Amino acid sequence: MNVVVLVKQVPDTEATVRPDNSAPGRIVESGIKFIVNPYDEFAVEEAIRLKEAKGGRVVVMTVGPPRSEEALRTCLAMGADDAVRLDPSGLPDLDTFGYAQLLAKAVSLDPFDLILCGKQAIDDDIGAVGTFVAELLGLPHVAVVTKLEITNGKAVCRKEIDGGTQKVEVQLPAVVTAQKGLNEPRYPALRGLMLAKKKEIKVLTPSSLGLAADALRPVYQVEQLEAPPARGKGKILQGEPEVTAVELVRLLREEAKVI
Amino acid sequence: MSGQVLVWAETKDGAPRRATLEAVGAACKVAAPLGASVAAALIGEANDRAIQRLGEVGVKQVYRVTGPEFTHVEPCHYTDALQAICTHSSPRLILMGATALGKDLSARLAARLRAALATDCIALALADKHVVVTRPVFAGKLRARVALSSSPAPIVTLRPNVFPVPESQTGGAPEVVDVSCALSEPSRKVAVLETSYTTGEMPDVSEAEIVVSGGRGMKGPENFALLAELARLLGGAVGASRSAVDAGWMDHQHQVGQTGKTISPNLYIACGISGATQHLAGMSSSKCIVAINKDPEANIFKVADYGVVGDLFKVVPLVTAEIKKLK
Repeated sequence: MNVVVLVKQVPDTEATVRPDNSAPGRIVESGIKFIVNPYDEFAVEEAIRLKEAKGGRVVVMTVGPPRSEEALRTCLAMGADDAVRLDPSGLPDLDTFGYAQLLAKAVSLDPFDLILCGKQAIDDDIGAVGTFVAELLGLPHVAVVTKLEITNGKAVCRKEIDGGTQKVEVQLPAVVTAQKGLNEPRYPALRGLMLAKKKEIKVLTPSSLGLAADALRPVYQVEQLEAPPARGKGKILQGEPEVTAVELVRLLREEAKVI
Repeated sequence: MSGQVLVWAETKDGAPRRATLEAVGAACKVAAPLGASVAAALIGEANDRAIQRLGEVGVKQVYRVTGPEFTHVEPCHYTDALQAICTHSSPRLILMGATALGKDLSARLAARLRAALATDCIALALADKHVVVTRPVFAGKLRARVALSSSPAPIVTLRPNVFPVPESQTGGAPEVVDVSCALSEPSRKVAVLETSYTTGEMPDVSEAEIVVSGGRGMKGPENFALLAELARLLGGAVGASRSAVDAGWMDHQHQVGQTGKTISPNLYIACGISGATQHLAGMSSSKCIVAINKDPEANIFKVADYGVVGDLFKVVPLVTAEIKKLK
């Protein structure tokens, strides 16, 4: 069972992100701690568990600048076997199509049974790369999965929908995107960390994948990033609960008119 | 008339979902200056009640794809159906609600049609005939203004509870056009075996107008019943912070924040939630925020419109009782 996991390096959930005024669409990176996208971690963990149960190899792949190799090394330390970085330098900022085309080309260089990735990256929050890769490769996909069982070339997935779940059966190879709840990702062991440091990370460029810059031109272009409007100063009620509770209900009803 | 804006009509129990009606409203707004009309894609069931409701909110034409293979919403199958509809109607813009299934379907459809995709948008406008959207990124820590390439027609999903549901109007029923569609290769390899709903009568956190959320201050799973009672009374949903979910008190379906749901209800009541950055990101675009917390220094008070400093175990039941009195 060979599994390819698509990962992205993103700012930590607790990071304060600020727009970079000198580069539209980008954030100020200095001082930011980068992590493996949390949803991708579930995908990596699931791939390693499948390898442990059924054998095979786990390849992790990312599109990103050299700093994103750190994310790949985290995945290697968790137990992935190989890592590939697709280097977009020299290209305009990629959109979902750009990412997906690079990944689809690179994934198809070697045979695989399953592609896993997070249901969305917590930076752009688009949540479509895995699905795009599936479509480009002519494969089915199942998104936002919280349970995955593989038998006889098929996967049975539990997929989260609003207020409920679906049970979905899909023939492999397929793309499955991971939702929180799929598993509990392991912390890399010290030995894993040491080994990961020495591993070679394969770097591929768009031209080495036969992709011209023209094909990667974005159809989704961020013109501006800005902070959301600040909220006004609120009213703080202190004192006996019997009084504050009644006052709160009055304010919600008469002033805010929300109940 | 010049072209159409197409809305995917997502239904539940035979009626269009609220997020769909909101999308129709947004579609009517952008269609007018284009001289376009609003059409809907109704897939899966021949449903007169849904067609009538869509007509009431401004849909002029309904493209319908029916068949047993569309009983469950499955994005590959529904992409085949929408692709057939698009071939038939050549829309200029495709809209849907940013529901779980809307986000999933929009991604597959965008990949199929090679169209620009913007998910979970909170504003939609036309500039020089390009569609320009605003969407929260980094779970709402920032907002991005994005220009979408107009050919092929861009696909935009709209965050629930942001765009108003249009007022019902009386008028002619929409024209219904039946479209046939063959399944693609990937669709034949995937099947939904079962769809089940777990939240019962309560709306999902992502589309509830009122959300009552609990955090670490709830002290344990049993105490969420307090919040459920208040939420039920208000017709809302129960949310939870990451720490409450990670502690196993609530299912992840309820989580609000950067690794949960990013939401914009009319009223968000945060109980025993301190207000970590990743949580604030997920709820600070709510229209009205109430915080109930015993720590006056809690971060959550910085975004609250109304804060109550006090013991939630005393305040919440009193609030519930007071609202009951008024009803």
